[in-house]
Amino acid sequence: MKCDRCEQEATVHELRVVGGQKVEKHLCESCAREEGIQAQGPGSVGELVGQLMMAAAGPSVSAGESKGVVCPSCKTTFAEFRQSGLMGCAACYSAFERPLSGLLERAHEGGLQHIGKVPRRQAVRGVVAAGGASPAQGKRTTPPGESASDGPPDRAQMISQLRKQLEQALKHEQYERAAKVRDELRRLEQTGGSRKTEPPPPGS
Amino acid sequence: MLSSRVRLARNLANVSFTNKATTAQLQQIVDTCRGAIVRVAGGGLVRWVDLHESSPLERTALVERHLISQQLARGKVAAKASSSEKTSASSGPGGARAVAFTLPDERLSIMVNEEDHLRLQSIRSGLSLTDAFAAIDKVDDQIESTLEYAFHPRMGYLTACPTNVGTGARFSAMLHLPGLRMTGNIEKAKRAATDMALTVRGFYGEGSEAAGDFFQFSNQTTLGKTERMLLEELERDILPKIVEFERLARKTLVTKHRALLEDQCYRALGVLTHARLLKSEEATPLLSMVRLGIVLGVVKGLDLGVVTRLLLLIQPAHLQLVAGRELDQDKRRVARAELVRQRLGVSSN
Repeated sequence: MKCDRCEQEATVHELRVVGGQKVEKHLCESCAREEGIQAQGPGSVGELVGQLMMAAAGPSVSAGESKGVVCPSCKTTFAEFRQSGLMGCAACYSAFERPLSGLLERAHEGGLQHIGKVPRRQAVRGVVAAGGASPAQGKRTTPPGESASDGPPDRAQMISQLRKQLEQALKHEQYERAAKVRDELRRLEQTGGSRKTEPPPPGS
Repeated sequence: MLSSRVRLARNLANVSFTNKATTAQLQQIVDTCRGAIVRVAGGGLVRWVDLHESSPLERTALVERHLISQQLARGKVAAKASSSEKTSASSGPGGARAVAFTLPDERLSIMVNEEDHLRLQSIRSGLSLTDAFAAIDKVDDQIESTLEYAFHPRMGYLTACPTNVGTGARFSAMLHLPGLRMTGNIEKAKRAATDMALTVRGFYGEGSEAAGDFFQFSNQTTLGKTERMLLEELERDILPKIVEFERLARKTLVTKHRALLEDQCYRALGVLTHARLLKSEEATPLLSMVRLGIVLGVVKGLDLGVVTRLLLLIQPAHLQLVAGRELDQDKRRVARAELVRQRLGVSSN
């Protein structure tokens, strides 16, 4: 679809109802900007995400706290991330760890610990560095609770993860999802069998 | 139930993500990935396309085949399109980027330098998320054996957008839901999906509309769940429900609104077999109706495969590829109508 004003491709579509009549405008990004219309093309989903995440974070992320934070590796500031919704490099995740954790928790419905696939190199490192640096313990896509060599920390992590998600689902009244999470939780807790090494979760 | 897709987002360790990488780095990333992919492909037939060097037509054709995203075709990675005077080289069009895909089935494709350095994608027809995932999982392992991914023990695979972090996996399925739309129940299906933390998008994914009653359902979260959990949420929990809703809606149409159903299908067929000018926005919903008609046995004597193939061929770039030359909008409308009449077997028109 062509822009109403020039030959470019129209990516901004505005539909207004004026006096009971539909008024449509189809503009390219630059013409839209000139007309003062806020353009939100597919590329700015990241931006939208950034905004939603910031809104969800609420008062816990104060302007002061995030102001000075800059990634040492790529020099991205937290403000830049807020605007674009995109991290600049792997190191940004560590640099912005504090403000990020709240946002991640909300974006992933309580999920905060990766419990899925692990790259082979990481798996090897995890086994060698026995100091507990890698909680995922190098488990590849093994289904939870099925392998006899699954250490208790693995299951404990997953269980705590799932509990958090259950909380979140109930909080948002997503009862169907809550039921699924609860079933998965039960399955995990049952296959643990005699290995009840984890302490009861706080406040449950 | 049209197709299943699994997408894994990965980034190389030790280099900035595409939105912050310099021109030189982008080229470096492309070269590194190309090396890895070529090694993985071994003797298998894989086509590599350097997108910053291909024509707009070629790029559009790749989008139409669902091999690359509109974002990769355009080459704009930075979300701040309005302030494109930024120093980051990748925010201008033409930053080094590429796609590799298997031939001839095109079931596996790998985008290089889209939002993440690597976007691995596996497509299967019908509901086969498990197969699609198994295939992509294997390729992921093979690539990882030759280069290092950015990974954090707590946050998982690191991606440019935090909404993809963790597994970096997006499972999606494309469904044809004309029944739900015609019985006014699409919103109900979308709500059921959102309740399960799934998103619903149109034919071309992010930012597209639901043309021709084709909807894409995919998981929303990627962190805190295993790949298997995400797959099952979609395949075992939500999709069967939506498919059942659609089945019931179609049954209602056939039993209680047969005249309406037949009318819609035959009107669509009528326009398609007689029109001299066809816009793609017009042709897609019409083909969707004919497709429904064939599936429900209302429209006879037409092959489903023909309609499915037409849905692709009526797209702008493919139309020009079939014609063998570039066509402006008006000529495309003529060509589209001709192609449709021809393929639907109307000889005397």
